[in-house]
Amino acid sequence: VEENMKTTLKVALAALAGGLSATPVLAQGGEQFLPSLVYRTGAYAVNGVPFANGVADYWTLINERDGGINGVKIVFEECETGYATDKGVECYERLKGKGPTGAGFFSPLSTGITFALTEKAPGDKIPLLTTGYGRSESRNGAVFPWNFIALGSYWTAADIAIQHIAKELGGADKLKGKKISLVYHDSPYGKEPIPALEARAKRDGFEFKAIAVTHPGVEQKSQWLGIRQDRPDYVLLWGWGVMNGTAIKEAAAVNYPRDKMIGVWWSGAEPDVTPAGDQSAGYKSLMLQHPAGEFGVHVALKQHVISKGKGQGKEDFAQVLYNRGLVNAMIGVEAIRTAQKKFGNKPLTGEQVRWGFENLDITEARIKEIGFEGMVRPIKMSCQDHQGGDVARVQQWDGKAWKIISDWYTADRSLVDPMVAATSAKYAEDKKITPRDCSKES
Amino acid sequence: MFYREAGQFKSTYADDMAIFPIRQDRIALYALLAFAFVGVPLLAQFDVGMFGNDYIFKGILIPFLILALGAVGLNILTGYCGQISLGAGAFMAIGAYAAYNFSLRVPGIPLLLSILLGGGAAALVGILFGIPSLRIKGLYLAVATLAAQFFFDWLFIRVKWFTNYTPSGSVTAPELNVFGWVVSTPVEKYLFTLGVVTVLALVAKNLVRGNLGRQWMAIRDMDIAAEIMGIRPLYAKLTAFAISSFFIGIAGALWAFIHLGAWEPLAFSIDRSNQLLFMIIIGGLGSILGSFLGAGFLWILPILLDQAPRLMGVVFMIGFAGTAIALIAGLIGRDIKIWIRALLVLGLGGLMYWDYVTFFTGNVSVEVVTHLVSIITGSLICYLLIVEPHGFARLWALTKEKLRLWPFPY
Repeated sequence: VEENMKTTLKVALAALAGGLSATPVLAQGGEQFLPSLVYRTGAYAVNGVPFANGVADYWTLINERDGGINGVKIVFEECETGYATDKGVECYERLKGKGPTGAGFFSPLSTGITFALTEKAPGDKIPLLTTGYGRSESRNGAVFPWNFIALGSYWTAADIAIQHIAKELGGADKLKGKKISLVYHDSPYGKEPIPALEARAKRDGFEFKAIAVTHPGVEQKSQWLGIRQDRPDYVLLWGWGVMNGTAIKEAAAVNYPRDKMIGVWWSGAEPDVTPAGDQSAGYKSLMLQHPAGEFGVHVALKQHVISKGKGQGKEDFAQVLYNRGLVNAMIGVEAIRTAQKKFGNKPLTGEQVRWGFENLDITEARIKEIGFEGMVRPIKMSCQDHQGGDVARVQQWDGKAWKIISDWYTADRSLVDPMVAATSAKYAEDKKITPRDCSKES
Repeated sequence: MFYREAGQFKSTYADDMAIFPIRQDRIALYALLAFAFVGVPLLAQFDVGMFGNDYIFKGILIPFLILALGAVGLNILTGYCGQISLGAGAFMAIGAYAAYNFSLRVPGIPLLLSILLGGGAAALVGILFGIPSLRIKGLYLAVATLAAQFFFDWLFIRVKWFTNYTPSGSVTAPELNVFGWVVSTPVEKYLFTLGVVTVLALVAKNLVRGNLGRQWMAIRDMDIAAEIMGIRPLYAKLTAFAISSFFIGIAGALWAFIHLGAWEPLAFSIDRSNQLLFMIIIGGLGSILGSFLGAGFLWILPILLDQAPRLMGVVFMIGFAGTAIALIAGLIGRDIKIWIRALLVLGLGGLMYWDYVTFFTGNVSVEVVTHLVSIITGSLICYLLIVEPHGFARLWALTKEKLRLWPFPY
């Protein structure tokens, strides 16, 4: 036995020594480093993988087709967070200083990680790009200089969902006396829309009820039994990952009509509806502007990335979350391009990229140029407005594919803006932040 | 030879009662403390190697220290007093939310005081949830502490007062002001954490070798015998719950204030309880040193493994997998046939082959790395627990014994 153990140890040591002697392979030179926080494993992997693939493929496309952003190659590195906040913080600390100028920007891809990084980003001077998630009040760039909640917040989403319900009912006055319930993921993510929905309930006179589902959301029997007794006119769904499919199955089990369910844009992708099979038909969700399907950019992707075997996207290519990854990566690249106009075509620091975000203006013409026509509307951010857009549409799952069923809605800023102002003012007071005076910034 | 205490005589009671009676131990400890308190900040000051980077502090050392403190706390209860607890995450949460509320609602309260009060609140709740331990034991008690875990998860999500009515339920840490010293840079945060952890570890070490610690251990080893000897189970068990929860509560407050900065109850879920429990089992039940070793193993090793392919190339990963194979093969080789060993080797080899394209080009996908990290860490844990059920602390003690006899071991 002793002999055996010794041999074992020798083999082990030899193997370790062999490993340690290998030289490190590190990226060097005039390259822009971009980190990518992903979750390709764990309870939310079904949704995390397509998004991460979209991001990776778009950056690969920029490198393969254009040789980088105006010639500055993108070097990116993924770090697995598993949607856990502590792991996300570790990944952030790991990646923030890499590359010649450090991380250009971070996309935390989880509301919990976004909250934690919001406290860290100002000290490190790295912007956070949170497309359609994160702190709704971070739209206020005067208080949150480093957060960019591009395309939409949960408050704009909540307002647009109610607008769509009003339209289906035949007018905002018909909302009065109706019952609308929210089934939400019991985390900062799921709780974000509640104040906006309460505000609209007060204004339009409908009865609002918030029903919590515990992480990760595989157990929803009692919630849906409650819905069966209560019979709300509409159910809004703020779920993520496995919770969405479960909600649809449970809705079917209590025979709640799927076409009276409206999910947020994180509850409206293929992995959310396919597990429930035919039961999903009729289910609706908001869109974070873009639909599933192939557009101009996909032609370029096929030509320069997929056909060369360098793509990550496979069966998820052109699905909703893959496309969202593309949009997310594109906004970051365009912000860097904007910043390069001021600072030159070289790797930029987080602080410089932040200038790019604040001066980002993706026009109709530019959208067409980069192949995103039909996916997004123009985005224009400023020192004060870190969201840059208030529009969304509604799509419906017909059993095989997502179909766009509405025109563009614009969120009612008279509802959302006072909430943004009040909540961000409270944050500034708590954290002793003096809001920037945007009128004095160039 | 290296470790011989010949010539070290204990001539006073104080010598006899010293925490580290052997001179070599004392020197090693002082050297370690000097390195941690002075050396590390100096290395950071002069940007030496990895110490020039925030990551070593914010990503590795600070979380490691805080988790080690939590593990020390849990070890007092589970390791020394023998009461299994699955609610460590809940007590961390109580510490974090209590400290948050004290600093929010009591104007001008010093940070250190609010953290201590957070620990105090956890201690009170610990006593409350310790009461069932007077009636129930073992697995049944574990289930009762599990109830604490779920209750506090629920409480901090549902009762909005605790989160100061923030719309999202996520709260942010106050400014870290220790009597005028604003703890803001990574090195300052590290020093603050290190200071708190060192003091508390010293307190714990003294508690467990004093009267109270002996009572706890007597209860752990056989509660009826202890009672007959005149040890009051009520007092011994409840003090263990209170002190353990106090430590864990402070760890929770530090985790929230220093490491995360903004948090929601999910940061202290059942996963955190399990993590702490695994740390003390791997590190060594009933050992303060073991708590640190276990925390290091479960926090730092996966991070190293995770980055290994990128930092050291794929060879490192294969080296590690090779180690795991060798260990497993050696382990089961004790009484199991060669073909099973071969099968295991083939299995791990096959796993690599399955993704060999990316594996040998160096672009291992994060999925594969994450899975491999779990496999390797898991198999190392199994291996360790089979060859040394008393964890790293016992391995360390054996090493010391060997060093004493070297070069003539028997």
